Amino acid sequence: MTTTPELTPLAGGNAGMGAQYLQVRGLTVDFDGFKAVSDVDLTLFQGDLRFLIGPNGAGKTTVIDAVTGLVNATGSVNKSGTELLGKKVHQIAKAGVGRTFQTASVFEQLTVLQNLDIAAGARRSAWTLLRRRSGVLPAIEEALETIGLAHLADKPAGVLAHGQKQWLEIGMLLVQNAEVLLLDEPVAGMSTEEREETGNLLRRIGGQRTVVVVEHDMDFMRAFATSVTVLARGQVIAEGSVAEVQANPKVQEVYLGTAAAGADGLKEGS
Amino acid sequence: MKARLGRWQTWTGFAVAALLLFAVAPALLSDFRLGLLAKFLCFAIVAVGIGLAWGRGGMLVLGQGVFFGLGGYMMGMHLKISDAQLRGDEVPDFMQIAGVRQLPGYWAPFASPAFTLLAILIIPAGIAAALGFGVFKRRVKGAYFAILSQALAAALAILLVGQTGLGGSNGLTNFRTFFGFALNDPVNKQMLYFIAAGVLLVVVAVARQLMQSRYGELLVAVRDGEERVRFLGYDPANIKVVAYTVAALFASIAGALFTPIVGFMAPSQVGILPSIAFLIGVAIGGRTTLLGPVLGAIGVAWAQTLFSERFPSEWIYAQGLLFIVVVGFFPAGLAGASVLLKRRRRRKPEAPESDPVAASDTDPDAEKVGATR
Repeated sequence: MTTTPELTPLAGGNAGMGAQYLQVRGLTVDFDGFKAVSDVDLTLFQGDLRFLIGPNGAGKTTVIDAVTGLVNATGSVNKSGTELLGKKVHQIAKAGVGRTFQTASVFEQLTVLQNLDIAAGARRSAWTLLRRRSGVLPAIEEALETIGLAHLADKPAGVLAHGQKQWLEIGMLLVQNAEVLLLDEPVAGMSTEEREETGNLLRRIGGQRTVVVVEHDMDFMRAFATSVTVLARGQVIAEGSVAEVQANPKVQEVYLGTAAAGADGLKEGS
Repeated sequence: MKARLGRWQTWTGFAVAALLLFAVAPALLSDFRLGLLAKFLCFAIVAVGIGLAWGRGGMLVLGQGVFFGLGGYMMGMHLKISDAQLRGDEVPDFMQIAGVRQLPGYWAPFASPAFTLLAILIIPAGIAAALGFGVFKRRVKGAYFAILSQALAAALAILLVGQTGLGGSNGLTNFRTFFGFALNDPVNKQMLYFIAAGVLLVVVAVARQLMQSRYGELLVAVRDGEERVRFLGYDPANIKVVAYTVAALFASIAGALFTPIVGFMAPSQVGILPSIAFLIGVAIGGRTTLLGPVLGAIGVAWAQTLFSERFPSEWIYAQGLLFIVVVGFFPAGLAGASVLLKRRRRRKPEAPESDPVAASDTDPDAEKVGATR
């Protein structure tokens, strides 16, 4: 792997040796005897734009929940040498793992700027917290440009369109300084143009980070994924490039032969 | 520019409020009414804390009577001891009647005024911090937290009734002096009023700083999306503990002022009823605003005194009705209703809103209105 100057996402990562990584080994989530996720291995390098797909109930969101500490899991999740399993949610977030949710969850009473300012501040001292916000941090200005919401910075997040809320959430991950971004169905409910813009946004930010996208939309996946992991019944059944995964007979079987041809029937759900 | 204007408005607001409290009210009101106002100011100090914890932090604090009572009892103990010392007695009057010859051990440190003042500032806040950590770290919230805080108030009230060493259900009464000043002298009563007014201004200034700081924004974020805040790398428990502790501190200070101003502190000021009464004023005034709780608390207490002088039994129903109407139809309280009315009056498409928290939560004009009212 060589470092490309413009840092576009690449399968297997683009940063070469010394890259940030997320290594998941034997991840198992047991809900009272029901194994929602069993023995999942994932290896993600910085610069990879990984899509996590699978039929409903495959355990995609549960994997994200387990990595971010929301549900208890066994196995190992190692982020560039730091074991994450067993840590608390806010500690994992501080360690540089950020996530979004299926339903955009921004602070609707606060402005776009305030949302970003809070996201950027987990390491602030008490003294800084007790003072008034003055000016805009450069990182926040940059994020506002990246997510294209600079003109709405002083609007309450509650009035944003659905797609803009998702972008704001992604922006919050950027200023949070998350190196691993776990996005749960970021384009669900978006218009075609919004999907396109979101995909380009993921491409832009994916160059320097590890991005995992849980998605049902196969067209979106085909257009923007650099690598794909397919989950079914809590297990990894295939991994590779989009073409490899589509050609995999196991994957075709899981999707009843419709996935590879065109997964319109699988868009809805979950 | 805008910030400078806002600062100018704030100073004007504080100046007007100070003028009203320190010049207008003492000039217009009789000694008796001024004493009542002093009592209401104590309630207002509690209300500022409730506004912070409940309005901004979403913690329904149904048991502020606990901290109010702790502050009040500690002050009361000091006053009783110094009264006894002035008479040359070993123990306060009510203990003598009960045949107690020696000051109980937990009373002794309260002979020192410095210890008492420090204890009023530290002990209730410390208890709130410890309690808050225990409760919020376990993610107890919403109605469960409300019930827990209320149960605490009930428990403390019941405990106090059984404590003959603290006057039982009568509590501590008959204070003669306040740090050496005779309490039957109207001048000294006025001094107590001035102290309460000064403390209220300081408390409002502290709450204002907290609400407008980054911490204040974070607190609103925790109120509206606690889990989301967690995923941003914060521990919401720590954020909530601060607001809860500050609210407890304010309540304790208010209780400590209430004791000499009203002349007693008893379990009836600690339990569930007074704790809920604190809340009613806050809800009616507008819990998310800075001055809504202050005006609500003073207004409700004033109305209570006014109406219960004439219709002693009906007032409680009126109060209940008011509470239900406000909570049911104006969840943001009167301050929220005023914002609503104002917005309706100048409804323009794309009305410029500089600060949505201020627009929807803390009507910036409410500060002015409040201060000049």
